[in-house]
Amino acid sequence: MSTLLEVENITLRFGGVTAINDVSFSVEDHELFAIIGPNGAGKTSIFNTISQVYRPQEGDIRFEGSSIMGTRPDHVAEMGIARTFQNIELFPQMTVIDNLLTGRHIRMKGSVFSGALWWGKAKREEMENRRKVEDIIDFLEIEQWRKYPVALLPYGIQKRVELGRALAMDPKILLLDEPVAGMNLEETEDMARFILDIKRELDIAMVMVEHDMGLVMDIADRVMVLDFGQRIALGTPDEVQKNPDVIAAYLGSEFA
Amino acid sequence: MFRRPNLYTSYQAETQVLPTFTKKVIAIFAIVALFLMPFDVPIISGPTELPILRSIPLIGDGLPFFRFLGDAAWLRYMSDAMIVVVAALGLNILTGMAGQVSLGHAFFLGVGAYTGAFLGGHATDSVYGHGLPMWIWLPGAGVGAALVGIIVSPVAVRLRGLYLAIVTLGLVFLGIHMGNTDWGRKFAGDPSLGRSFPEMDLRVWKEETPLVSISEKGSWFGVEMSSNQKEFLFVAAVMLVFIFFAVNIKRTRTGRALQAIRDRDIAAEVMGVAEFKYKLVAFATSSFFAGVAGALYASHIGKMPAAQFNLILSIEFIAILLIGGAGTVAGTIMGSFFVILLPELVKDFSDWLSERAEGEGIVASVSEVILSGNQGDFGPISTATQTPNYPLNVFDLNLVLYGVLIIVFLIFEPLGLYGIWIKVRNYWKRWPFSY
Repeated sequence: MSTLLEVENITLRFGGVTAINDVSFSVEDHELFAIIGPNGAGKTSIFNTISQVYRPQEGDIRFEGSSIMGTRPDHVAEMGIARTFQNIELFPQMTVIDNLLTGRHIRMKGSVFSGALWWGKAKREEMENRRKVEDIIDFLEIEQWRKYPVALLPYGIQKRVELGRALAMDPKILLLDEPVAGMNLEETEDMARFILDIKRELDIAMVMVEHDMGLVMDIADRVMVLDFGQRIALGTPDEVQKNPDVIAAYLGSEFA
Repeated sequence: MFRRPNLYTSYQAETQVLPTFTKKVIAIFAIVALFLMPFDVPIISGPTELPILRSIPLIGDGLPFFRFLGDAAWLRYMSDAMIVVVAALGLNILTGMAGQVSLGHAFFLGVGAYTGAFLGGHATDSVYGHGLPMWIWLPGAGVGAALVGIIVSPVAVRLRGLYLAIVTLGLVFLGIHMGNTDWGRKFAGDPSLGRSFPEMDLRVWKEETPLVSISEKGSWFGVEMSSNQKEFLFVAAVMLVFIFFAVNIKRTRTGRALQAIRDRDIAAEVMGVAEFKYKLVAFATSSFFAGVAGALYASHIGKMPAAQFNLILSIEFIAILLIGGAGTVAGTIMGSFFVILLPELVKDFSDWLSERAEGEGIVASVSEVILSGNQGDFGPISTATQTPNYPLNVFDLNLVLYGVLIIVFLIFEPLGLYGIWIKVRNYWKRWPFSY
């Protein structure tokens, strides 16, 4: 096992507020790594620093051995870091197919010229990528929604489409921001199945932020716990559950 | 015809512009009708000789709305509308697809018109002109406008919404001012009269007699044609080419990137769409369309001052997008024809009514009620060109209709004419079931 993503002592401040304080962790190949913590602990901010939407003031983030600090978000995506968002950030007026094809954007080359002429490579490329998108549609079982504009789809399906869009990017690592937030039990179990399928069949490493403890403890390989921007625990689900700091953060110090 | 209508066996078949048999038939019919329009086709272009049709009250004398077929003035309006389609498709890329509201489209039309004039026009003491053939000046006008678009876009890509609208609004005034400076007059000619623009003639180089003359009357393939008819055919061909471009841009990688930026710009960037680059591409492509349209428009009008490329023109393009349906190619085309031809239709309609009013029968009575030709009449439409405050004359009615339509569409049908078309289509798809 080699290390895919290394986050080293990052600190992120917004004015006087320290959102992330000296946090380090690393994600191995094939690993399903979970980040948990109470609201406002800085989980999503960690994702935003990895995709370089936020620039941390201190520390270093390395992907496959090279630093990605200061890289533009679209270049980070090109390196193979894909993500989903806590509040669905699909392109609502586009169809499911178009959303997934937008995920393929970085793996395509057609320019506005070849596109306008619908000629040669641009046309072939569209067909090839459509085939890949259809594989993902098949994988996530959203065939019936293919041609619907995303805005019309139910919430659970939108979450699944967003996962599909991230998968369409051919990522090496997938950042999932609350993949089952607001879902009922059935939808949660569906999503858990897809996450495990991605791990087993597609062999993509994942970092998951999630509040559903049952899900996290069931499927994660390792768990990191954040509180007020600080790392308070890191280990296997069993270790983390027994950690007194974690119990204090979630249940209060009298239970620790 | 007797196949399963929505069964596709390849991705290529499914991603076609016209995926169904019906759509193909309609498109072919529309294109044939478009190219037949300039010629005198019996039945619809005037009083018909066919006895069966003569007996039908309205159609017998030629329907007013179809009478323009073959009519010189109407041919020019149609050509105007088709050139406007090209320009509006450009704005659709920037505003409809990429979501960047631009009030500066008239400026880019102007840049195209004067780049075209600089390259293809004839030099005089007061204006520049290199007399180059159309295969240089027409694309050159587009490229010139696209370059100007690229120059201004770094400022514009940092802004969005209202702020971008105001910045691009500034471009229009800047353009008109530049056309008024001594330096600008070398391109734009006299501020009140304008300059002459290059003619639509196909030449290999600068030879005296053009290879194919479009601006002079003559015969094509044995058919005697006026310059209006020829220009109509040429402009129609150019429009079809640009519709092809616009449709393809929309369904390929660039189009999706632009729509992604419109819908969620930060998510688009995290998905790997370089926001800065694609906003620049949107500006350049949109300006290219506008530049070509501007040069064609100027050539078609013949002589116009720089002040014609003003804010009203820009707003007209925004109105086209709103009325037609922003973001859709079909809607933009419908909107262009609607906005450009509506005033002429209204005028034609009132002319036709006043003709009818002089006859007898039901049609004449109805016309009498609507029109107010004589003193003491209270019809809403006046046939007189000079009228006091009440009733409306035709020109006033146009302005009123124009304003009312924009309001009605914004409130009741934000998807525009395209939205109406979709609703009608879906209704008949399910007919007689209402769900």
